[in-house]
Amino acid sequence: MSAAPIDLPRWADTALVPLVSVAAALLVAGLVVIGIGENPLEATALLLRGALGSAEGIGFTLYYTTNFIFTGLAVAVAFHAGLFNIGGEGQATVAGIFAALACTALSAMPGFLSVAGFLAAPIAILAAAAGGAAYAFVPGWLQAKRGSHVVITTIMLNFVAATLIVYLLREVIGKVGSMQPETPDFPPQAVLAPMHQLLAPLGLKLPATPLNSAFLLALMALVAVWLLIWRTRLGYAIRTVGANPRAAAYAGISPAAVTMVAMAISGALAGGLAVNEALGVQHRLVLDFTAGYGFVGIAVALMGRGHPVGVGLAALLFGVLYQGGAELSFDKPTITRDMVVVIGGVLILFAGALDGLFRKLVALALGRGGPG
Amino acid sequence: MSTAPVPPAIELAGISKRFGAVAANRDVSLAVAVGSIHGIVGENGAGKSTLMSILYGFYEADAGEIRVAGKPRRIRSPADAIAAGIGMVHQHFMLVDTLSVVENVVLGAEGGARLKGGLAKARAELARLSREYGLAIEPDAIVGELSVGLQQRVEILKALYRGAEVLILDEPTAVLTPAEADQLFALLRALKAQGKTVILITHKLREIMAVTDTVSVMRRGEMVAGFRTAETSPPALAEAMVGRRVLLRVEKPPRERGAAVLEAVGLTCRDARGTETLRDVGLTLHAGEIVGIAGVAGNGQSELLEVLAGLVQPTRGVIRLGGRILTAADRHPARLRERGVMHVPEDRQRSGLVTAFSAAENAILGYQGDPAFRAGPFLSPARIEAHARTAFAAYDVRPPDPALKTAKFSGGNQQKIVLAREIERHPRVLLVGQPTRGVDIGAIEFIHRRLVELRDAGVAILLVSVELEEVMALSDRILALCGGRITGERAAERADERELGLLMAGVTDEAA
Repeated sequence: MSAAPIDLPRWADTALVPLVSVAAALLVAGLVVIGIGENPLEATALLLRGALGSAEGIGFTLYYTTNFIFTGLAVAVAFHAGLFNIGGEGQATVAGIFAALACTALSAMPGFLSVAGFLAAPIAILAAAAGGAAYAFVPGWLQAKRGSHVVITTIMLNFVAATLIVYLLREVIGKVGSMQPETPDFPPQAVLAPMHQLLAPLGLKLPATPLNSAFLLALMALVAVWLLIWRTRLGYAIRTVGANPRAAAYAGISPAAVTMVAMAISGALAGGLAVNEALGVQHRLVLDFTAGYGFVGIAVALMGRGHPVGVGLAALLFGVLYQGGAELSFDKPTITRDMVVVIGGVLILFAGALDGLFRKLVALALGRGGPG
Repeated sequence: MSTAPVPPAIELAGISKRFGAVAANRDVSLAVAVGSIHGIVGENGAGKSTLMSILYGFYEADAGEIRVAGKPRRIRSPADAIAAGIGMVHQHFMLVDTLSVVENVVLGAEGGARLKGGLAKARAELARLSREYGLAIEPDAIVGELSVGLQQRVEILKALYRGAEVLILDEPTAVLTPAEADQLFALLRALKAQGKTVILITHKLREIMAVTDTVSVMRRGEMVAGFRTAETSPPALAEAMVGRRVLLRVEKPPRERGAAVLEAVGLTCRDARGTETLRDVGLTLHAGEIVGIAGVAGNGQSELLEVLAGLVQPTRGVIRLGGRILTAADRHPARLRERGVMHVPEDRQRSGLVTAFSAAENAILGYQGDPAFRAGPFLSPARIEAHARTAFAAYDVRPPDPALKTAKFSGGNQQKIVLAREIERHPRVLLVGQPTRGVDIGAIEFIHRRLVELRDAGVAILLVSVELEEVMALSDRILALCGGRITGERAAERADERELGLLMAGVTDEAA
């Protein structure tokens, strides 16, 4: 009774607490901006205008959002099973390698491409998902069968993947004669259509941005994860294992099997990052395309409380910060892109680590102000 | 001075506390005399724990006054309570398993940055306390390795070390064997003899009658009655607690048992450390009978239930269900459920429920694969909720709200959720562990009646309980278990407590 967790009404728990966290983070970031001698209100306005003020800005924002949705969902799904998947970067890297291998194989089959070219992109996407899933299955298996903590193994496997991609790009699937560690361009049938091309037949004239149909995949993934977690037996099993593994065993659910399956699904979702970056934007595999999105996914999942709606909104917020921050540093050279990193870090601090603090404050405020 | 009356050790006057719309305590007054043992009884949710949490500083009362030894005190934190000489032993111990007894005792009262001085002082003090109250306890033993009964003693020592004059014990016997409970009562009497005051929160009337001097009864947040223990009786207390007459005995009509349903032969089981937890256990459950297992906790009852429920695989032995031998693949919780072997686990919070889930979600735990809970390929919250609503109505789960988080239900109602779930699936065999642990009187009566009804309907029931009284009242046959071995069998009507006690202690029939 003494250590009862703070109970908040649902709306406060899902909306108010994250909002307060974001507000506090922005406030702290504003203080930093003042500290370097700039006007935080002006900076905020520039940031928002850069992210949302033009069709081009929105395109870039949603392109970043796509990455964060995938990596955020990856962390969220594992989280429901009680697993902390820190390996989004590595899983996305291997997903990219699998997609590149699939594209290399497809390039070698011009006959197939000319007949069934429409299958190329789905094959490449599935290859990416399979790569991510396989690479996340390994720590899942180690956790389930060997008791090796998934946090440790996923972090270490990030390094393995980072080394593996260097080797492969240099020695195996790299472009012959290029100084860049990159693959040749993927076959055009295998890449995802940019949004401005996709919408052109509808009479919409959009500026060229990296936003591509992977964004639609990301939205579908949000719905699919919601269905999975709250409307399927597997999701029920995942949540049971995450909340109480003993009760899961009692219910005839194997915690070991669920651990492995949940990690594989998590890895497949992380593979979405490779779909967006390699298949959607670069149209080839380059080094370091994961660029830390996998880690930001942890913050996205924490802020979004593991719920797809929350993950979507948190991903959008980080999308705005990334795009707006880039514009801001362009307009105000004193505010570098590192400022965005600072804001992101403060957000992670407030939304993730200091969540309990705001819950307490909100509970106090509601206790005083509300009818209860 | 002899003419001046001694003020009560604890006086509560007009204590009220609301949580939202719920009045947990309403104008509660209480006086406990120095050097007495005072019992507070009431059903779960009657407000006993809230009242004690106010006294111990976890909550602050909305209204009312606390007087300690006649002086008004503001107690706003446990530290204030400790300073006022009030100590508390919680139902769930607040101990660090990996530390030694003496380290646990000084925890929070180390008396300086360097441990050495504090530990030496504690060691001396501990020796004195142990002598004074006859508490045999090894100061350097690791707490996690002690039995539950000894861990509770460490909690009591902790409170005494901090200078407690008034000791509050919250449901202290919920985790104890009968013998351990008796030892605890002896200790409480010793404390009383030394002039300490004890407040005992419980819902077990036997304990009240055994050890208290005075008793107050709470119901729905109010203090409804107070008695001298010598002048009251269990039925009178039960009536005051529940607000109506309660049947304390189980009405059990005789019944011819049917065919053998579940048979186990030569079951042997080892735990992770290789220790044999079950040795060559054989038993038969017939349709329409309740077989009770009598045994001191930790003598293989838990493992027996787990093996029969498919949660643990035996190292040797055969289990037959309806005459057919169960293969290793059959001995899986889900497969056994399909064949009508349902299981109410001993520890509902740890294995029978996911307390973070809604009550409706828990109402399908273990049956999540049933197509009745799906609409198309997806789980249907509407169907799950409708199912839960019906089950909760039949089992009088309060509040009957399937959307409420399970952690918010009282222990008795959580147990009803589990029972409703398992019994509503029409079991052939029901394995029941501790059906009434931490459950209030009204609910105990209900649960007992349900189990007897089920037996009358032809279900084979295996009952494991640490309450020997419960085993004797419900069972048709009783098997005594000691050290993982069955030491004897008695027909319930010919069993007596003393004889069972001997069997539970390992004196086998052959030796007797």
